[in-house]
Amino acid sequence: MYPSRFRYEAPRSLDEAVSLLREGGDDAKVLAGGQSLVPLMKLRFASPELIVDINNLPGLDYEKQDADGTIRIGALRRHASLERSELLKSRQPVMAAAAPLIADPIVRNRGTLVGSLCHADPQGDWASVVTALGGQVVAFGPGGRRTIPITGFVSGPFQNALAPDEIAIEAVIPAPKGTPAGGYLKLERRVGDFATVGVAVALEMSGGTVIRAGIALTGVGGSTISAGEAAQALTGGPLSAQSIAQAADLAAGAANPRTDHRGSAEYKRHMVKTFVARILSRADGGATVAERAA
Amino acid sequence: MTIVYDDTSEDTGSVPIRRIKFTINGKKKIAEVEPRLLLSHLIRRGLELTGTHMGCDTTNCGACTVLVDGKPVKSCTMLAVQVDGHEISTVEGLAGQSELHPLQEGFKQEHGLQCGFCTPGMMMAAKALLDENPSPTEDEVRWALSGNLCRCTGYQNIVKSVLWAAEKLRGSAE
Ligand SMILES: Cc1cc2nc3c(=O)[nH]c(=O)nc-3n(C[C@H](O)[C@H](O)[C@H](O)COP(=O)(O)OP(=O)(O)OC[C@H]3O[C@@H](n4cnc5c(N)ncnc54)[C@H](O)[C@@H]3O)c2cc1C
Ligand code: FES
Ligand code: FES
Repeated sequence: MYPSRFRYEAPRSLDEAVSLLREGGDDAKVLAGGQSLVPLMKLRFASPELIVDINNLPGLDYEKQDADGTIRIGALRRHASLERSELLKSRQPVMAAAAPLIADPIVRNRGTLVGSLCHADPQGDWASVVTALGGQVVAFGPGGRRTIPITGFVSGPFQNALAPDEIAIEAVIPAPKGTPAGGYLKLERRVGDFATVGVAVALEMSGGTVIRAGIALTGVGGSTISAGEAAQALTGGPLSAQSIAQAADLAAGAANPRTDHRGSAEYKRHMVKTFVARILSRADGGATVAERAA
Repeated sequence: MTIVYDDTSEDTGSVPIRRIKFTINGKKKIAEVEPRLLLSHLIRRGLELTGTHMGCDTTNCGACTVLVDGKPVKSCTMLAVQVDGHEISTVEGLAGQSELHPLQEGFKQEHGLQCGFCTPGMMMAAKALLDENPSPTEDEVRWALSGNLCRCTGYQNIVKSVLWAAEKLRGSAE
C-alpha cells in the first residue's frame, strides 16, 4: 500500500505554512506525526493533493508553564515526550497519567497531542483528557491567532473547527485553582489498541471540596463526549459515596455507545459507570489513577 | 536511485520529485524520490536492505521498525522525504565486521525467534531501549516492546534475549 500522488512542502516558518495551506485550500493537509494521516492515505481514505509537513517548523516542540500555572503544549510535542514530562507529572497528573496509555511506544515517538485533537477521532484519548480539563486549542491563520475551547474545536467525528488555512499551534490547559486529582482509565483489547471505553476525570479539590470537575468519555459515542451533568453533580461538595454513585450514573447516561467488535453497547455503558466510580473513589486526597484494563 | 510505483493516477500532470540526503547505518546517501514513497520502501527496494520487514503495512505490527535519529519509528508510516537530513539505523547496521551485536547474540542464545519475521523490528526497538536504559527491568523490556507483535514465540524468550544483551552490554556476561 502507498498513498496517491501529492505535492510535498516542508516549510520553515508558520507564515509560509499558512500561505501554502491557503493555496491548497480543501485539497491540502497538514502532516504532523503522521500516525493517523499516513495510514489513511495508504488506504486512500484520504488523498490530499498537497501535504504541508510541519515537522520542520521551529519552536513548536515544547510543553511549558506560564507564571499563572497555565500549561501550553506545542504542536510538535510527541506523545512520548509527554509521557516522560516532569512538568505534567507534578502539575497536571491527569495528563501524565493518560500519555502512556495512547497507542504503543513506537507510535508515541511520532504522534502528537495537538495532531490527535485535530484528528478528532471519537476514540482518541487526548480529546477526552483535554475536554475534562477544560482546555483550548490555539489556531494560527492568515488573520493571526485565535483560541478555541476544546468543546467547540472538536466539532464532530473526525472534524475540527479549523479553517483550511489554519494550523493548530498549541493546546492550552488552564491553571488549576485547587489540587488536581482524577485520572484516565482505558479499557482496551490489547496494548496499542484504541479504547473500547475510556474515561477522563479531572477534579480540582480544595479542603475536601470539589471546586471544579470535568468528565469526558472516549469511544462511547459519535464524538468525544463531555459529561457535563455528571461533573456538575460533583461540584461544590465533598466526594461522598452518594455523589460518586450519582456522577457515575449520569456519565453512563451521557454515553451513547454502539455495539461493535469491541463490545456490546450495554457493556460499554456499564464500563463508563464502573470507571467513573473507580476514579472518583480513589481521588479523595488528590490521588491520580491511570490504568489500562483488558 | 529509482523506485517505481504503479502509476494509478488519472492525471497526466508532472511527477513531483524530491532530492534527499540522509545517512543509513553510517553511510551517506542521496536519493531522488516521489514524496509519496514510504520510508519502508526506500529501505527495502531502494537501498535493498531487506532486513527491515513489513508485516501488516497498517502501523500495527512493528516489524518495519527502524531508528530515525536514534528513536524507533514504524517505517511503513513515515514518508521517505521526511528523513532528509536525518540518520537511519536498520538491523543490518547492528553487527560489526566479524561480530554479532549483543542483541543478535542474545536472540540466538535465548531462542528469541522462531520464524524470525518480527525479529528485526524487535531488535531495533530493543536497541533504542538499551541505548536509553542499559539496565532495564523485565517490565521495562515488555513495555518498550509492546508496539512489536510476534506470532510465534509468546514473547517470553524475546524478553530474555533483550535482558541477556543488556547484561552482556554492561560487560558482565561471560
Ligand atoms: C497502531 C496505532 C494505534 C493508535 N492508538 C491510539 C490510541 O490508543 N489512542 C489515541 O488517542 N490515538 C491512537 N492512535 C493515533 C495517534 O495517537 C496519532 O498520533 C494521533 O491520532 C494523530 O496525531 P499525529 O501527530 O500523528 O497527526 P497526523 O496523523 O499527522 O494528522 C492527523 C490529522 O490531524 C491534522 N493535523 C495534525 N496536526 C495538525 C495541526 N497542528 N494543525 C492542523 N491540522 C493538524 C492532519 O491534517 C490530519 O488530518 C494510534 C495510531 C496507530 C497507528
Ligand atoms: S509493517 Fe509497519 S507496522 Fe507492520
Ligand atoms: S518469531 Fe515469528 S513472528 Fe516473531
